[in-house]
Amino acid sequence: MITMQITPELLDQHNLTPDEYDRIKQLLGREPSFTELGVFSVMWSEHCSYKSSRIHLKNLPTEADCLVQGPGENAGIVDIGDGWCVAFKIESHNHPSFIEPYQGAATGVGGILRDIFTMGARPVAAMNSLRFGPIRDEDIKDEKSSEIVNRNRHILAGVVKGIGDYGNAFGVPTIGGEVYFADEYSLNPLVNAFALGLVRREQIFYGKAEGVGNHVIYVGAKTGRDGIHGATMASAEFDEAALEKRPTVQVGDPFYEKLLLEACLEAMRAGAIVGIQDMGAAGLTSSSCEMGARAGTGIEINLDLVPQRETGMTAYEMMLSESQERMLIVAARGHDRQVAEIFHKWDLDAVTIGQVTNNQRLRVVHHGEVVADIPNAALTDEAPKYNRPQSDYPTATEDMTAKVEAGLQKLASEVGEENACNEALLRLLAAPNIASKQWVYRQYDHMVRTNTVVLPGSDAAVIRVKETRRALAMSLDCNGRYCYLSPKEGARLAVAESARNVVCSGAKPLAITNCLNFPSPERPEIMRSFVETLEGMGEVCRALGTPVTGGNVSFYNETEGKGIYPTPTIGMLGLIEHQRHITTQWFKREGDVILLLGTTQNDFGGSELLALFGEVAGAIPQLDLQAELAVQNTCLAAIQAGLICSAHDCSEGGLAVALAESCFSHDARPAIGASVNFNSSLIPHRSSLFSESPSRIIVSVKPDNVAAVQALAAQHNASCSVIGEVGGEDLRITMEGEGCIQHSVRLLENDWRKALSRSLDR
Amino acid sequence: MKFGVVVFPGSNCDHDTYHVISKVIGQPVDFIWHKQESIEGFDAVILPGGFSYGDYLRSGAIARFSPVMQAIKRFASDGGLVLGICNGFQILCESGLLPGALLRNRDQKFICEHVNVRVEHTETPFTSAYSADQVLRVPIAHGDGNYFCDDATLRELESNQQILFRYSDAKGEISESANPNGSLNNIAGVCNRERNVLGLMPHPERAAEDVLGSHDGLAMFHSMTVALREKLKSK
Repeated sequence: MITMQITPELLDQHNLTPDEYDRIKQLLGREPSFTELGVFSVMWSEHCSYKSSRIHLKNLPTEADCLVQGPGENAGIVDIGDGWCVAFKIESHNHPSFIEPYQGAATGVGGILRDIFTMGARPVAAMNSLRFGPIRDEDIKDEKSSEIVNRNRHILAGVVKGIGDYGNAFGVPTIGGEVYFADEYSLNPLVNAFALGLVRREQIFYGKAEGVGNHVIYVGAKTGRDGIHGATMASAEFDEAALEKRPTVQVGDPFYEKLLLEACLEAMRAGAIVGIQDMGAAGLTSSSCEMGARAGTGIEINLDLVPQRETGMTAYEMMLSESQERMLIVAARGHDRQVAEIFHKWDLDAVTIGQVTNNQRLRVVHHGEVVADIPNAALTDEAPKYNRPQSDYPTATEDMTAKVEAGLQKLASEVGEENACNEALLRLLAAPNIASKQWVYRQYDHMVRTNTVVLPGSDAAVIRVKETRRALAMSLDCNGRYCYLSPKEGARLAVAESARNVVCSGAKPLAITNCLNFPSPERPEIMRSFVETLEGMGEVCRALGTPVTGGNVSFYNETEGKGIYPTPTIGMLGLIEHQRHITTQWFKREGDVILLLGTTQNDFGGSELLALFGEVAGAIPQLDLQAELAVQNTCLAAIQAGLICSAHDCSEGGLAVALAESCFSHDARPAIGASVNFNSSLIPHRSSLFSESPSRIIVSVKPDNVAAVQALAAQHNASCSVIGEVGGEDLRITMEGEGCIQHSVRLLENDWRKALSRSLDR
Repeated sequence: MKFGVVVFPGSNCDHDTYHVISKVIGQPVDFIWHKQESIEGFDAVILPGGFSYGDYLRSGAIARFSPVMQAIKRFASDGGLVLGICNGFQILCESGLLPGALLRNRDQKFICEHVNVRVEHTETPFTSAYSADQVLRVPIAHGDGNYFCDDATLRELESNQQILFRYSDAKGEISESANPNGSLNNIAGVCNRERNVLGLMPHPERAAEDVLGSHDGLAMFHSMTVALREKLKSK
């Protein structure tokens, strides 16, 4: 074995502490070789080992009747009936996307797609949750604003193009997600990629190296020097030298991935495969030791046989390369040739590089020498776990009602008393967080595979399952501002909102995947915010009966000491029992009656209205779980009874924004107006129109069905009030008969629809 | 009667096209692997959308060298029906079965959305079930859909009535604002002189069921079925 002087500098370069190094020596019973040091450094990186989060993650609920596979595999799997299962997962690619937006985002999509089809599932839907710094000059208070804004636009454009080019060519529809803006994401954009696939229950595959003596086959693209130490890079904060790390970002090839998908599914169907795993972060290293660890076996590989794109690669480089579009397969005994034939048909390499052993070790040979020989457990279960110190995270408690009232008053002095609410609504609709995301999703093929039955723009994305009468709803949600002001409450609200969104589309919430984006866990207050987030998330998941099926933790999202908001993105999956239950947010026809489920309080802390007046502060809404469940159950029961024409969750910008969005045009009809009146018992102040109280849904129903919906609400103990009627060309909102908002829907929509392109197409 | 859907490496609308033919219009259909040198037994061939060979070099530029393309050329010259959708259209242009080329979209971005197209001529095996000047609502999804050809070719296309679809507004008016990608004369689809080869950028297979928001593409597959039935009857 090649030995090398291991110095403190070398350890530092590998992000390993002296204590961790002592532990490595103890586990091996000797000094590691240089290759082994590299292998430990990636497997023990935060990204691969979850060393700061593991002890806390185990408190999340991970059980439910529908669950087939929980956390720990490449993706979670739930049963949706009729023999069909859904594999789904979300994963971050934040660090690479800051360094190189296009390739960073593209390979994020590539990685999550492989996680899905490695389970045997054909990917049928993708979404993404994106966060960037401000893209309008007026949103930055800094003398260098135009420079920052230009960089943010560049990052956004690159990320969107990267996601589009990869998903479009691969042939998976990108059907939804979210895009948010805040200064905290200027130097730390977040790119969380979600994918979902369908698989027959009996055709699920796992990342297990079963069957001692079975051959280990390398398939897909050749190994190059790209992405070496990607996982380590993703486990450290950035400094001004971050852009010098470009070589650690991988380069994606969606065409290759498409071939890999078809070849893998074909080989699986042919019965030629025992186990399979994607070579993602830490490439050949993680796939070989994790497959062995899951099966209680070992894997021995010979690097001389690995297909290589470059000459003279060392064992260290090959083990740590993160070249994309590669998989490791354990073939069924005697099926090597069949695997090779199937991959050659798709013009792909398939080379036997080793075999399954019974010694529970990862053994690597290069040029006839053993360059690594490590117990699997040392790289997986025995990796360090830290219970990092915590200290108080300050939670905001101030009531912001007076602040927004003062803001509206100031606006009134500029535009006239009668125009204040109109103007606030117009500005909110053009605010990047609320404005139409058409500029983004128009660049994604959101219709390929012909299952997209709700086009992007409604509360949840919906695809039909062609083989059944069912459909799947999915939604990605997190309000970073809320989580910043109160991590626990913010997480509770995120889970509740994601469930509400799928309910609005006609689905029963089934399970979640999560992507936990945080700053450095080595800061005690951040660690506390992480723990509180999990408490809040776990509580609401338990109440909803939606287990956590997996996901990803991304720490160290900070640059030059400035961190992101805690951003726990929730990916909720919902099941629509019958395609006739599919519901959208858009009002359907003149004369329908508008009802509000739920009640409105003065919730302005962290609201869009408060942000419009220049502040991110205050006590955020408190989720009342009973009220939330009552509203969701009423809405779903009414949809399933065929009583509901449209349903829309009330979130950022409150009732006024939600009502406007329900009026906007979409593919099946032009813009339509609505007349709404609120009693003072429902809405105490004009500012309440913009309050962001949770647990509210706006529904429209045919006049004949109003009583039936009210009866259902009473039965579920939900508040339900008739507030208006669909029709006309204007959105008219009065309070106790007094005019508050009156504006042409067409003009409101124009501002909302064009706002992003105004900032981005210049 | 049997339809064939060609599978190039990188085709990704092959399953969707197969689904429409087998499940929606209920006709026999099979996939044709691009390495096949013969397409005997097929009565109509569809080149589906996607990114054949990753669209590297140029959209459709590599796929035209696939072995199956020689067979398709012979099939077309014998009068067989060939339909190219999106990437299929690009491949037909690259292989010389249709005139012109598809350039990068005017705004340099991939565009996925529903658009309106006007049916220009109905005396073809692909459009007989439409009415003249009918406006269809169909999706596009492409980065290279900006149709271009030289003046002489354009004159020929116009005078031979080979332009079968143009981007229009909802009322059928042809205007620059209704042109999503910068195509010459708003061209969305053209056929050859003999009218048995059609290429178009919009996706009729994505507009063949009401649950997807439009069934305006369905009549194209019905038209082909009628044409094939008549052809088989006369044999």
